[in-house]
Amino acid sequence: MTSVSRDRSLGSLGLAVSQASVTRKPTREDWLQRGLILLVALWLLVSVVLPLGQILSRSLVNSNGEWVGLANYRTYFTTPGLAISMRNTLWVSFTSTLISVGLGFGYSYALTRTCMPLKGLMRLLVMLPLYLPSLAQAIGLIYLFGNQGLVSTGLFGLLPEWRIGLYGPTGIILGESLYCLPQAVLILSTALLLADARLYEASLALRTPPWRTFCTVTLPGIRFGLVSAIFVCFTLVFTDFGVPKVVGGNYNVLATDIYKQVIGQQNLVMGATISVLMLVPTVIAFVVDRLVQQRQVALVGSRVVPYRPRPNPWLDWAAFGFCGLVAGAILAVLGALVVASLVRVWPYQLTLSLRHYNLNAAPGGGYPAYWNSLRMSAYTAIFGTVVVFVSAYLVEKSRQWPKLRSLIYFASTLPVALPGLVLGLAYIFFFNTPSWGGIPNPFHGLYSSMSLLVICNIVHFYTVSFLTASTALKQLDPEFEAVGSCLGVPFYRTFWRVTTPLCLPAILQIGTFFFVQAMVTVSAVIFLYPPNLRLASVAVVNMDDAGNIASAAAMSTLIVLTSLGIQLLYWAATTRLRRWSQAWKER
Amino acid sequence: MLQGLHHPIESTFGSQTSQDTFSQTDPYLQLHQIHKTFGRFTALSNINLEVRRGEFVCLLGPSGCGKTTLLRIIAGLEEPDRGHIWQAGQDITALPPSQRDFGIVFQSYALFPNLTAAQNIAYGLVNAGIPKAKREERVAQLLALVGLSEFGAKYPAQLSGGQQQRIALARALALSPGLLLLDEPLSALDAQVRANLRGEIVQLQKRLGVTTVMVTHDQLEALTMADRIVVMDRGSIVQVGTPIEIYQQPQTPFVARFIGVMNFLPGVLESSEQARCQDYRLQVSNPKAIPVGSLVTLAIRPEDIRVGACASVNTLEAAVLRFEFLGAVYRLWLRVGDGLELLLDLSVQEARQAQIQRDRPLLIQLPPEHIHLFETQP
Ligand SMILES: Nc1ncnc2c1ncn2[C@@H]1O[C@H](COP(=O)(O)OP(=O)(O)OP(=O)(O)O)[C@@H](O)[C@H]1O
Ligand SMILES: [Mg+2]
Repeated sequence: MTSVSRDRSLGSLGLAVSQASVTRKPTREDWLQRGLILLVALWLLVSVVLPLGQILSRSLVNSNGEWVGLANYRTYFTTPGLAISMRNTLWVSFTSTLISVGLGFGYSYALTRTCMPLKGLMRLLVMLPLYLPSLAQAIGLIYLFGNQGLVSTGLFGLLPEWRIGLYGPTGIILGESLYCLPQAVLILSTALLLADARLYEASLALRTPPWRTFCTVTLPGIRFGLVSAIFVCFTLVFTDFGVPKVVGGNYNVLATDIYKQVIGQQNLVMGATISVLMLVPTVIAFVVDRLVQQRQVALVGSRVVPYRPRPNPWLDWAAFGFCGLVAGAILAVLGALVVASLVRVWPYQLTLSLRHYNLNAAPGGGYPAYWNSLRMSAYTAIFGTVVVFVSAYLVEKSRQWPKLRSLIYFASTLPVALPGLVLGLAYIFFFNTPSWGGIPNPFHGLYSSMSLLVICNIVHFYTVSFLTASTALKQLDPEFEAVGSCLGVPFYRTFWRVTTPLCLPAILQIGTFFFVQAMVTVSAVIFLYPPNLRLASVAVVNMDDAGNIASAAAMSTLIVLTSLGIQLLYWAATTRLRRWSQAWKER
Repeated sequence: MLQGLHHPIESTFGSQTSQDTFSQTDPYLQLHQIHKTFGRFTALSNINLEVRRGEFVCLLGPSGCGKTTLLRIIAGLEEPDRGHIWQAGQDITALPPSQRDFGIVFQSYALFPNLTAAQNIAYGLVNAGIPKAKREERVAQLLALVGLSEFGAKYPAQLSGGQQQRIALARALALSPGLLLLDEPLSALDAQVRANLRGEIVQLQKRLGVTTVMVTHDQLEALTMADRIVVMDRGSIVQVGTPIEIYQQPQTPFVARFIGVMNFLPGVLESSEQARCQDYRLQVSNPKAIPVGSLVTLAIRPEDIRVGACASVNTLEAAVLRFEFLGAVYRLWLRVGDGLELLLDLSVQEARQAQIQRDRPLLIQLPPEHIHLFETQP
């Protein structure tokens, strides 16, 4: 071991050297970052952790607030009607998952592994169900398979009747399968796209028959995606409220039970109890998904050569036929909804008319409700994007308080496990309590306000947005912040001049996602909206309840048009953005 | 490439932070007992180093030995667990990066892709409160300094790797820092550009007189560019010296192996001047006075072995196993006796004279003054 300063003493500087380390004092910028991190932590505490705690604790007390242990759960499982709905829910969730993952796999395979014509169009069509509330899906089904439906009546008497008995499990499974299909296709086509072409070439070179390649290369390659799709679809169906509400008939499921307990019988305690039961599969899905994600990262680590499908007429046309059928079904449901909203009296007077769009005459709040929904969605998009992006930035790029930051990361991924109804109920419990044993609740003032609706929406769709932002930030050079601080530039300036412009595509995507989701969601807001702030998607529920299905269809159509419009705006904006950023993206 | 020799910019370097107590002869940068751990992993232990004003120092070592960590500690981007750093006589250990006086070029360059080359260079100037006209003048100077005057309006993606590297260098030099830190600045470039830029960076550094610490794992880069090389291994400094010292007098087998090519022969020290390797007795010099009877390793560079029996000591008969033509030299694989294997480099001319052929015996000599003797660690 040789070192220069061993023989040449430091005495020349006349400095006493102590062994103790000199800890750096936090600068004003460090304190600013810490302050922001604390704010984010506080936000997650109030909007996620504490309300969730309320749900759990409320399921263990009776309506007078006395501790009863697991008595509520015992009541639930011994009340015959209630216990049956658990079985029902499991059955429809299982079946719908099977159908939508099966169809989704075929569809994704066709999109990624064949040369079928009109691929772009097919990709768009299968995503349509994302833009309407799940109950609109069900209303569309009513116009096809309901008592007066197009199919049930055999095209209004032209053909023999075909009645499938829509109301009940059949309708729920049909509606949910369509509702989950886009999610399954999104996950599975991503997984299929990650496949490495070299594996297929190797398999071909070894003269492996196609079916064996499928079993030994394709399926193992997407197994994580498959697991993920199954869990996502299962939770979606398990927690969905819209479809069973409209076409469930007397077939009870957990979601409608919660609604009935809370709205119908004002039995908040039983609502909380069922909510906790509903959390069981979502929490399992959450844990499994995190495990799968960790595995998948390791898998994608090395660079892959993307697979390019070769033309194969038989396969391509078969794929086209299959996708055409599925997309046709989606279009038929949506089309029935739109057409029904535009005809005078379905099915007797099929002349065009806008009379169902006189929504102010219908129950549910009419155009003011639509206007409220627009405002709520816009606020959700704006504030949600800011909150999500800033907190993802702090988690990814700050170097202060690493433990707290990883806690924030975890808390930010939690909301995905909270079904909308559970979240709404949790917010009632938390924000509607004026005080806890004498300690006043500082957030009580938010109850019944637009702010609370916006907060609830932000939290409901927080995780996906947060992960989008955090992925975009991870792709930036980790030294950007270091460069800024070495040049004496405060972090917020680098954030504004470099990080934000570079993440603009992700930011727009998050904003659009928030807007569309807030526009179509029912479950998260149905317990929370005050009488003076009715909402479009809730109006659909009320109109349907009142038997005014045509108006419900009209309102649903408005919602679809709005969310598709926002999506179009997003596409236009990203095209512009791409042109603008081309200079610094490509040579 | 690097024109504009007598630029006003040059006089401004390294003149900012001189203090009353600090004289020109004291080391400019001084690290004292720096220690750094990540969790249970010790990344740096007991690092002591002095860098003189205007010196070009290379931190050289294998991947993961802690070079980058040390550089980041000098920059203030990481905090050491223990130890102190002085720059220009001031204890800067507790200062955040923004209050230190240095410029840094990262391995990835970290140029902001959405800002033009000129905007990248001006990035730190804006905050230093320099008025716009001055700023533009300075950016023009810096662009000229790195020979990219016409490229100010281009975005980084529109520049070649070498050009990006120079913009990153210009950005690091924009605030006239007293210390320049470079983290593997050339590793992302292809061989030809790399060789050119090596010379250019050294020229620039000498002209500006800016004290420079560069990290590299490429021995050639360190040998050609550095005034002094700091060889690191597993979080410690193993040797500090000029390139020639490091090459000719490696202090440990690690240094000997890491820099250049070296033959290693296991043996025993039989007397203070003689070692035995298998059946051969070899004369050695033993400046470190390794005790007689120790297990030792003899090391000799391939180009230091002589051919032909001109001298009497340490002459061995070797069999040529195979040889390769490397352009300027031939490299020979030799076997001596049963198990001693040696590499030997011969110039093309020497090879012709010695009439090298496979399986033909060859007399070689290992000059004692070129044999490095290391005590073998049990
Ligand atoms: N932030 C960190 N957390 C944990 N370990 C770290 C961290 N940074 C560096 N290390 C570890 O410290 C060791 C030294 O890292 P460093 O980056 O300084 O190596 P290096 O000499 O620059 O190597 P290379 O030539 O590969 O860049 C490595 O083993 C690395 O894994
Ligand atoms: Mg490194």
